[in-house]
Amino acid sequence: MDDIKFLSCGDSAVTVEFSKEINEETNKKIRFLASNLSKIKGVFESVPTFCSITVYFDPFVISKARLEKKILRCISSYTEGNDSKKRIFLIPVCYEGDFAPDMEDVCSLTGLCRDEVIKIHTSTDYLIYMLGFLPGFPYLGGMDKRIECPRLDTPRTLIPEGAVGIGGKQTGIYPLASPGGWRLIGRTPVKVYDPTRDEPILYKAGDCIRFYPITSAEFEAFDGRVEVKEEM
Amino acid sequence: MNITVISPGPLSTVQDAGRFGYMNTGFSPGGAMDTYSMRIANLLVGNAPEDGVIEMTLMGMSVSFDGTSVIALTGADMSPKLNGAEIPMYTAVEVKNGDTLSLGFSTVGMRTYLAVAGGFDLPLVMGSMSTNLKCAIGGFNGRKLQAGDVIPLRHSISLSVIGRRSVTPKNDYKNEIKLRVILGPQDDYFTDSGIKDFLSSEYKVSGKSDRMGIRLEGEAVENKNGVDIISDGIATGSVQIPSSGTPIIMMADRQTTGGYAKIATVISSDLKLIAQARAGDRIKFEAVNEKTALKAIRKEKRELAFMQYRFNFAIYKEK
Repeated sequence: MDDIKFLSCGDSAVTVEFSKEINEETNKKIRFLASNLSKIKGVFESVPTFCSITVYFDPFVISKARLEKKILRCISSYTEGNDSKKRIFLIPVCYEGDFAPDMEDVCSLTGLCRDEVIKIHTSTDYLIYMLGFLPGFPYLGGMDKRIECPRLDTPRTLIPEGAVGIGGKQTGIYPLASPGGWRLIGRTPVKVYDPTRDEPILYKAGDCIRFYPITSAEFEAFDGRVEVKEEM
Repeated sequence: MNITVISPGPLSTVQDAGRFGYMNTGFSPGGAMDTYSMRIANLLVGNAPEDGVIEMTLMGMSVSFDGTSVIALTGADMSPKLNGAEIPMYTAVEVKNGDTLSLGFSTVGMRTYLAVAGGFDLPLVMGSMSTNLKCAIGGFNGRKLQAGDVIPLRHSISLSVIGRRSVTPKNDYKNEIKLRVILGPQDDYFTDSGIKDFLSSEYKVSGKSDRMGIRLEGEAVENKNGVDIISDGIATGSVQIPSSGTPIIMMADRQTTGGYAKIATVISSDLKLIAQARAGDRIKFEAVNEKTALKAIRKEKRELAFMQYRFNFAIYKEK
């Protein structure tokens, strides 16, 4: 059994900590709990993260003690290997010219040429461990060590919507214009965030992202459709 | 009918109780900073307590009306005037076609709420009327109000429909604020003397505070081995200690997740106090338990329920 800890977040929230190490198996359990929490009366919503999940509740509908008991019962009903299908979002990225202002720096920092960086960046299915920082900003796991590079010393004050970057061991997409310190190697025409959609954010924690390269002409001509593959 | 903005003040936005159900995708809950004042304003004009209101910051706005309506102002006193004559706060006031409401600077408290009977005829975005400035959604075109904005109202309602309503002003804000907190989630990241300093020293509210967080200046809180954590969820009222060591209280427009240790969480019913804090105000923290926190929420809920009951009963009696 896991070493589950309940961390107090005031009178109306509690963080359920599963471990202090980031790994896929723990994250699966967290998402399992996240998908079952809505069945508990008194729970408003929850925020799953790398190693924990924060649960927001009405203490006048369910006491914290009772909530913790229900959460433990839910976790104990988790069985390994009964995974549902994995959704993989295929995200087009233009790695050319102005779309990739830091590509040269990334090449010199990693000692790779542009084509190699693109090949490595597009050859992994990245698991979305969590969403945070900005609406739809995915914290992705599984980036190849060869393209790791440090963040900018001075963050940019404005990064455009759709920018794709590398920051340390992670890669990700900026769903809306924002300040940020990651090195930008491309840009996607996909609208990750669209408040008029039923689901304003394209994907959920637990989904995967696979990038593929497009030309700037294809970027301009993009019709908004995102291909989603389902795999076991 | 409509309200037309003549001058908007530095930061006036439409807010309600917040945008819920999207925190797991990274959306801040947003909403009024001081939901207690927001609820009272709504009750005074006969609205549902969590309907949309205008939140003004430090300095109020001037607006004109093109029909009959009932308004109420709560929170910080910005010396409201209707056509140049003073009007009371915490009171339902009738306005007529051509009237001008103007507010000035607040001398005590930070935020003032304007509720209008029947509410604003603005669309809900993702279930809420709250303005999210970062995402440019909700409220009035997803932005703060500007001169010339015409905000439509759902109805034109006269005072005879609402009934005379007022409550004793609840805006006796102090420059010394005691905030009750529950320790955790990461109080174990700090040394005993760090926690002692946190609970015994006096902090000053920084001018860099905003709707995301109230930043404090003062004694740095000593940590054991750094304050970096694996990013986890944040609650409204979370007291984050970044590497500088001085606390930041996470408020309505906070991020949903963060990578700094959080020493404590301000109890729900004290959020209204910190929401009204001004730069230079002095803050002291006091650790309490869950039971005290729940007792305080219960008291506030009762107060608001009683207020609503009293207003409804008054209408019944008049008719």
